[in-house]
Amino acid sequence: MTNPPAAWIRSIGLIGPGMSDWPACAAILQGHAAWNPEKTVLNAPDRLPPAERRRAVRVVKLALGVGLQATTAAGVDPSGLATVFSASGGDGGNCHQICETLASDDRQISPTRFHNSVHNAAAGYWGIATGATAASAVLCAYDGSFGAGLLETLAQVQVEREPCLLLAYDADYPEPLRSTRPIPDAFGVALLLTPEREADSCGRLAASLTDAPADTLADSGLESLRCAIPAARSLPLLAAIAGRRTGRIVLDYLDHARLAVDYAT
Amino acid sequence: MHPLLISAYTATSCLGRGLEPLRDAMLAGRSGLKPCDFETVSLQTWIGEVAGTNDERLPAELARFDCRNNRLAQLGLLQDGFADAVRAAISRHGADRIGVFLGTSTSGILETELAYRRRSPDTGALPADFNYAGTHNTFSLADFVQNWFGLKGPAVVVSSACSSSAKVFASAARMIASGLIDAALVGGVDSLCLTTLYGFNSLELTSRQACRPFDRARDGISIGEGAAFALLEPAPHALPPDAVLLLGYGESSDAYHMSSPHPEGRGARQAMDAALTRAGLAAPDIDYINLHGTATPSNDAAEGKAVKGLFGSATPCSSTKGATGHTLGAAGGIEAVIAALAIRDGFIPAGAGTTAPEEGLDYVLATRRQPVRRVISNSFGFGGTNCSLILGSPA
Repeated sequence: MTNPPAAWIRSIGLIGPGMSDWPACAAILQGHAAWNPEKTVLNAPDRLPPAERRRAVRVVKLALGVGLQATTAAGVDPSGLATVFSASGGDGGNCHQICETLASDDRQISPTRFHNSVHNAAAGYWGIATGATAASAVLCAYDGSFGAGLLETLAQVQVEREPCLLLAYDADYPEPLRSTRPIPDAFGVALLLTPEREADSCGRLAASLTDAPADTLADSGLESLRCAIPAARSLPLLAAIAGRRTGRIVLDYLDHARLAVDYAT
Repeated sequence: MHPLLISAYTATSCLGRGLEPLRDAMLAGRSGLKPCDFETVSLQTWIGEVAGTNDERLPAELARFDCRNNRLAQLGLLQDGFADAVRAAISRHGADRIGVFLGTSTSGILETELAYRRRSPDTGALPADFNYAGTHNTFSLADFVQNWFGLKGPAVVVSSACSSSAKVFASAARMIASGLIDAALVGGVDSLCLTTLYGFNSLELTSRQACRPFDRARDGISIGEGAAFALLEPAPHALPPDAVLLLGYGESSDAYHMSSPHPEGRGARQAMDAALTRAGLAAPDIDYINLHGTATPSNDAAEGKAVKGLFGSATPCSSTKGATGHTLGAAGGIEAVIAALAIRDGFIPAGAGTTAPEEGLDYVLATRRQPVRRVISNSFGFGGTNCSLILGSPA
């Protein structure tokens, strides 16, 4: 077997409950700042044209928010980047509205609701906002969606030898869907990965499958967040990066396998 | 790229179960579309329904996955000895060395649509028998198929609307190249549901009759359902003469509009160019273009411009969606299987439903029997996510 797929981390974007960006999250993960889990604040980016700004649903604002944080932090023009979008589902509020309409006497759903329902809605808005015409993978692996996205991104960077931006994100579902899919809030993370080390690289990742149990977080509040939102399954890795703690981190992935991520600086 | 062997493949659509009825329909130029009589849907449109899908029964231990989409997946897996081919691959490579990469756009959302009709009048709650993770969730398809075979490698669903099950070939090829897996089960399954029927209707993109791709009078799509599967493995040195290889893939994003393609077909051109480059081929090396050809006025106009710009007017082309309907997340997989059949059996399929095609292309109206060495298959997703695949016979 060849070496597991690997890439360098150039920058990170993050939005979550009580975490407005990656530096804020990193300070919390290192214990340098207290965590106040206030509801995640989402804004449609200015880069979207007015019509798309109005139509953007929560997952779209979240994905574009974390992606643009990462490209801004690296000083990289997003228009040239390949992307991997990974989410455990589409926009919950939008899905609820469609299902409610389809169960009513008047089934005419709005065109905007329909185009916002596709799993690649965030990828479509990202292209419109940034002008990026490169490849865009759009993935789902339920609670393992961050792991699946990371594997796809590492394989892309290794095989295509080009940078690739991973955007993993999940937003809450309203009732009655929330009872069957209890995601309480929105959390998203973006990692800009490159094939070679850059001056501002913050470490190197290599990933493979493992039977070992997933790492947990010592802080009970952050551990609850990790378990509650699929994209937050990334937190043990992000904690290692924030503290530059090298070694193996095990992340939740599928029912039968976890992801072993070897982090080096 | 190093070519990959498509060592087994199968497709099920409104044309029938497995390769034989698909091949027969392609040779005859026959369509499987009919006026919409699905569930309680009341729309003036045509559909491509897979007969008997609801009669399929899942194994008891996989009951949590029971929904129309996974029934259709199982129906598809049982055709053409495909499941046996996967089991043989497991014994060759090991269950943990085979990845699952499947495309779907709506997965089992029909279950949620139906559950919303049964909400508690008091609390609004969904019925207790509703299982979100096993049915509605986009990953349900890959989860079901992975459990069905007992596979233990990576698994993922690609959901980029109508390009989903073309892009799985690209993801799988990369993961094989990265060394993480030795083989991949790829494909796509999408099934009829109210979201797509009423959704495409809301965009005024459905035709009131059977769709007519690339026809000058085309006026929209006919939604279909289907299941397609293929097994990808590194190509061995000695290949049988009827082997079909994945030679290249090309991906792009329109970066233009959520529900309309770039009017000049920029993304389409970019995806086809990238596929040719990766395969080390030039436009004249392609014997047949299986068009995305949805039959909407804007898609076919944009794709036609891109094809003319790259291939000129001499390369035979057709859309097979007049026969199968637009199977959305399964379309890329079904059309890759049609490409494989065209290469294996030597034919260029007619574009069923079309009578007066747009000028400037060699749009095939009657199936031609002739050797076919290389096919490019286009899949362009709603939202602007595009993918072209190149399949070919051994050099």
